[in-house]
Amino acid sequence: MVHAQYLVVGSSHAALEAVSAIRMHDPEGSLALVTRDSRLPYSPTVLPYVVSGRSAPDNVFLRATDYFVGQRVAYMADRALTRLHPERNAATLSDGAEIAYDKLLLATGASPAIPPIPGIEQVPYHVLRTLDDALKLKAAVAASRRAIVLGGGLVGMHAAENLVKGGADVTIVEMQPQVLGAYFDRVAAGFIERAFAESGARILTGRRVVRLSPGAAGVMVHLDDGQTLEADLLLTATGVKPDMGYLAGSRVAHDAGILVDDYMCTNVANVWAAGDCAQARDFFGERPVMNAILPDAAEQGRIAGMAMAGDPGVKAYAGGVPLNTYNFFGRHAIAVGVGVTPAGSEERVRHDEARGSYLRVVVREGRLQGIFGVNEFFDGGVMRQLILRRVDISAALDRLLADPLTTGREFMSRLWR
Amino acid sequence: MGHTYATIAFDVAKCDGCMKCMSACASAKTGMDDIARARIQVMPTAFGFELAMCRQCGDPKCVAVCPAGALAKNAESGVIAWDGAKCVDCLLCTVGCAYAGIAPDPADGRVTKCDMCDGAPSCVSACPTGALRHITSANIYNEVGGWEDMFTPGLAGCQGCNTELLMRHTMRRVGPDAVLATPPGCVPGMGSVGYNGLTGTKVPVFHPLLTNTAAMLAGVKRQLKRKGREVTAIAIAGDGGASDVGFQSLSGAAERGEELLFMVVDNEGYMNTGMQRSSCTPYGAWTSTTPVGRESKGKTQDAKNLPLLMVNHRCAYVATASTAFMEDLYGKLDKAIAASKHGFAYLHVYSPCTTGWRFPTDQNMEVARKAVETNFVMLWEFNPRDGLHFTHPVDAPLPVTEYLKAMGRFRHLDEAQIRHIQAKVEENRAIIEQLATKRPQLEPQAQHRPIAEQTTTQ
Repeated sequence: MVHAQYLVVGSSHAALEAVSAIRMHDPEGSLALVTRDSRLPYSPTVLPYVVSGRSAPDNVFLRATDYFVGQRVAYMADRALTRLHPERNAATLSDGAEIAYDKLLLATGASPAIPPIPGIEQVPYHVLRTLDDALKLKAAVAASRRAIVLGGGLVGMHAAENLVKGGADVTIVEMQPQVLGAYFDRVAAGFIERAFAESGARILTGRRVVRLSPGAAGVMVHLDDGQTLEADLLLTATGVKPDMGYLAGSRVAHDAGILVDDYMCTNVANVWAAGDCAQARDFFGERPVMNAILPDAAEQGRIAGMAMAGDPGVKAYAGGVPLNTYNFFGRHAIAVGVGVTPAGSEERVRHDEARGSYLRVVVREGRLQGIFGVNEFFDGGVMRQLILRRVDISAALDRLLADPLTTGREFMSRLWR
Repeated sequence: MGHTYATIAFDVAKCDGCMKCMSACASAKTGMDDIARARIQVMPTAFGFELAMCRQCGDPKCVAVCPAGALAKNAESGVIAWDGAKCVDCLLCTVGCAYAGIAPDPADGRVTKCDMCDGAPSCVSACPTGALRHITSANIYNEVGGWEDMFTPGLAGCQGCNTELLMRHTMRRVGPDAVLATPPGCVPGMGSVGYNGLTGTKVPVFHPLLTNTAAMLAGVKRQLKRKGREVTAIAIAGDGGASDVGFQSLSGAAERGEELLFMVVDNEGYMNTGMQRSSCTPYGAWTSTTPVGRESKGKTQDAKNLPLLMVNHRCAYVATASTAFMEDLYGKLDKAIAASKHGFAYLHVYSPCTTGWRFPTDQNMEVARKAVETNFVMLWEFNPRDGLHFTHPVDAPLPVTEYLKAMGRFRHLDEAQIRHIQAKVEENRAIIEQLATKRPQLEPQAQHRPIAEQTTTQ
């Protein structure tokens, strides 16, 4: 049986950061990386740009083969983890082989969550999570005249924009009353929805698909208000969820994701988890959360790798802070932190309809809780530090609203430069 | 051995907000003078001028969060390079960076960041006040890292010891064709002369008396020369062994023009034997023989200026140096080695002692730097042809208290003692200024050049 001191399962940001952290502390220990993908590592976040043609599919890889050779990492592609045996520190792979480990990182990411809509099994549809998905979707987008996107999240909105630019007649169906509800409030989402509407896309918010059926062009989509839409391309982009089938019988605790402590360690000895498959501390609340975003995956992977290698410099995970950036039709939106305004919190808004810019700052007990901008640039990394450090910004709130870029940099210079 | 990199340092105290760095950057990178597009952003704040620019992090978060593989740290230069063909303009890097080091160019919305201008930063050359500096000492460490260490591992120096650092650097540069003399002091004390018949060095080493170091070494050198063997004869001695009982043999060897390199590691006392005062211990300093109590308030005499005494021997080369200024030190080391082939070379290096001077072990370079920035220590060099000149003149020195308060041995000083020390600093400066000639134009400032670029100096 193959044995690796460190076994990392997965090949995206969490896994790669873990590999780098392990090698920073232990240049020699045997390290194997197993991935179900057949290619070199890439990021799911880049896939919309592969669909649009912005990124060449052979030029999106995050590491070259040389890197793994140089770091003495056995890169084992095209093999998924199928079963975990923590009682004997071993894992079974999809090719039937078993691999023994001293320390294991589960960075297996997530897969599209397919909505349980009656009839979905009978119709062709696309998802977007792998490079293969992206290449299929890219070909379909080129041929599509009428497309329907289920889900107004980042993946759905990106794909819809690509379809619009490709000349298709596009409809986005979103259950929530607005698009991008995970990151932006209704006003900010309104900017984005208007930009789509001006470009000819249709956004149906607060609508639910009750049934899907085959149609002449491809798919018939039946909505809860009785409308029926027809499309030659259907993309389901209603979120992701981790595949955790390999945990069966392993006693590794999981809920929506694999539950981990502040060093990304699971309840089972020698098993860590990080990235989109992990459910970890929430910076703002008590209950562990899924925070399936790229910067968090990288940070969790780094912590897990340091903990696995026994690096004394490892620092506990401070908790997930939602953050994201979104480009649409040449404009940008940035979201850092949480936008809900519970009791005791205060919000300030600057709204410039003419310039098309919007800024919203949420503060609780003098501490920044979230900052959200559309066409209003600020340093998201600086704002994230203000949140994590619980810096008292009450005296600078007016300035932060008026000029978030300079004000944030002033805090940076004073506190952590 | 890891690779170290050049960096751009910013001294807020020297910045007057002229924004010339931003204009220079914008012109170099965009061809236009719009400072909003500069990759270095100087901002006035209530606490002085502050800087937002890429720090070329060792563990760059912008790279870690880039989904497109468009950012990568160059292992050779250390610069984090941006590949515009791969970048998808998602701005996630701006969320990853905690230092506002990467931000969109207002002109086209694509991110820009400092690329160090291929090793010649435009902002630094445009800065009129010296607030921005291009620190290239890393080149020395990269070069030295490839040379053989002439000492064995595991010498028992104190934690944070400056002397161990200095002697390892020195002997790496001197190389294997050398004979080393090291009289009683910290250098042999930490194990370089060895134990039980094994030396702590990879070159021949001997352990003369405090009194006869220069005499013995001169004899060894003459004998080897007579036999046709070309070696660098080097002494690494403490200030006690050189300035007190060792002075007569040192003075004699210098007067005879023996072909030696005599390096004094000046930690201002007999630190190896329990921190007794020497004639190089400065006024006011606590030592175990100049204690602080009801009557005694530290040393009551001023330090002897040993390097100036050596100038008066008209040695082939005399210089003072500090490990806080490695380019300066290496430049002088190269000249001293060359001079020792035809005459007496004397190198006096200030070596802060974490144990005897009472400061935290991670502060050695900071203490060494403060000594120079206050003019408590002045860096200069001398040779009979060009005279004496400053190699790192400090024209606007910090008050000497900035140096004194960095360590425990001066903690007890009263106002009068501090005034005495400040006056002594100014007197020393005035004396050396009187001796100093204008820098000769023939020869550039002491500056270590990579060995590959040097021609043989025989």
